[in-house]
Amino acid sequence: MALPLAHVDDATAATLSGKVTFTGNAPPMPAIDMSANPMCELQHHTPVKSEQVTVNANGTLRNVLVWVKDGLPRARWQAPETPVTLDQNGCVYQPHVLAFMVNQQVEIMNDDPVNHNVHAESVVNAAWNESQPPRAEKKFKRFTEPEVWFPVSCSVHPWMRSYIAVLPHPFFAVTGDDGAFLIKGLAPGTYTLETVHEKYGRKDSKFTVGPKESKVLDFSYAG
Amino acid sequence: MQDSIYKPGLHRFAKLLALCTLFLVIAGGLVTSNDAGLSVPDWPLSYGKLMPKMEGGIFYEHGHRMIATLVGFLTVVLAIWIWRADPRPWMKRLGLVAVLAVIAQGVLGGMTVIYLLPKSVSVSHACLAQLFFSLAVALALFTSESWRRGMAQVEDRGWPSVRMLALSAPICVVGQLALGAAARHKAIGAIYHIGGSAIVTGVILWLVTALLVRYSDHLELRRSALVLLVLTFAQLFLGIAAYMSRLATANAVQPMPVMIAFTVLHVAVGALVLARSVVTAIHVFNAVRVRAEKPARAGYAAVSMNREA
Repeated sequence: MALPLAHVDDATAATLSGKVTFTGNAPPMPAIDMSANPMCELQHHTPVKSEQVTVNANGTLRNVLVWVKDGLPRARWQAPETPVTLDQNGCVYQPHVLAFMVNQQVEIMNDDPVNHNVHAESVVNAAWNESQPPRAEKKFKRFTEPEVWFPVSCSVHPWMRSYIAVLPHPFFAVTGDDGAFLIKGLAPGTYTLETVHEKYGRKDSKFTVGPKESKVLDFSYAG
Repeated sequence: MQDSIYKPGLHRFAKLLALCTLFLVIAGGLVTSNDAGLSVPDWPLSYGKLMPKMEGGIFYEHGHRMIATLVGFLTVVLAIWIWRADPRPWMKRLGLVAVLAVIAQGVLGGMTVIYLLPKSVSVSHACLAQLFFSLAVALALFTSESWRRGMAQVEDRGWPSVRMLALSAPICVVGQLALGAAARHKAIGAIYHIGGSAIVTGVILWLVTALLVRYSDHLELRRSALVLLVLTFAQLFLGIAAYMSRLATANAVQPMPVMIAFTVLHVAVGALVLARSVVTAIHVFNAVRVRAEKPARAGYAAVSMNREA
């Protein structure tokens, strides 16, 4: 039986914001050795460092997925019409963590002058592996099931790895260069929020929001 | 068994096949160690071409496919050559088995690409590679001048039977290679392969000791045992080095050269250990006659060598 279409009442919708901080010494990230493909190396003036643990200047952690894991009513959330983009540029994926909704279109670009293969290592959704020649046309993909999360990798350039999260609803964010997140449009209620990081794993936290409330919730990962 | 006529050309060709197969095993090891198994998403073509641009992981994966094609071709030629020139029916059948094995290996290789490295297929592909190399080495042995000449005959003596030990060694090595392949493709933990190394080393040491003590004046058996011993110790060292290098580079963002070098050498020497254990078993079954009466269980009986050649 199809679930009813979800509805957000703007009159009572609450907002959740916060940041993901990092405590301890940030581990030094190794420089990627791109010598296996000089065309990749030539695109960078300085060595590219791994994005596995990226600590921002303000002591926050980048590339953390923050999403409402539990507490939402059983409903169907409409995916945005706008596609999200996964770009292969300079033989690295941009962005490093990509989150989007079930059935939302993903456009995959190859801006490099080299061959790439794109391997979605999904488990719930069907995995696939396709080639994308230099500056080929965009690929368009959709994922039909929620899945948090799985790697996307390139075996031509084994350092290339990004992570994808396919969410069943729009209540998620990925931390950027300020380590902050903002989730809007939550109905009053009690929820479980989960953060996911590539190296430091998952953390859960319960929270309650009232009508029109602006709640602040911070997370912390230790190095 | 020495009913063949030695054909130097055929023997050299069989040796070439064995050499190319070892090279192919190394190339396959490089594919896995460089995480390049899916760098060419299509099969049997590569990026829709016979010859894609050899960059990054494509160099390893497509290079592996090219060497595999060469080995397939050499195998078919060798089988036809044997069929036409070798009078031994069992050799004709062995040539046919080699062709079927190389076809099966090619299909398994294609399946690993198309089905995105399913563990069971990847492990089967790795195991069949090792078995095929031993088969190629055996074909080279059976077409050799030394095989035609035959070996000095001795009687099986002592307990346990050296024939039984010689048969046990390659069986244990195959089991150990399967555990190694399963660990490498993350189907099981490395601990099983590490544990297996104690068993397989024990069996090989038992066989080598039995051969050296009981048949110390039998040149071929002694040489076979010593080569097997050296390879086994080299393989133990490489196994430890591969494991340590893997631990040391576990957090690296890409496969590191030290890990690749030790792991691929471990794979290659593993193939050599299996092939040598097979050759040793063949030598033992060729040279050591089944004993006529039940031996005493304790100690080695002092029976004099009975050389016929």
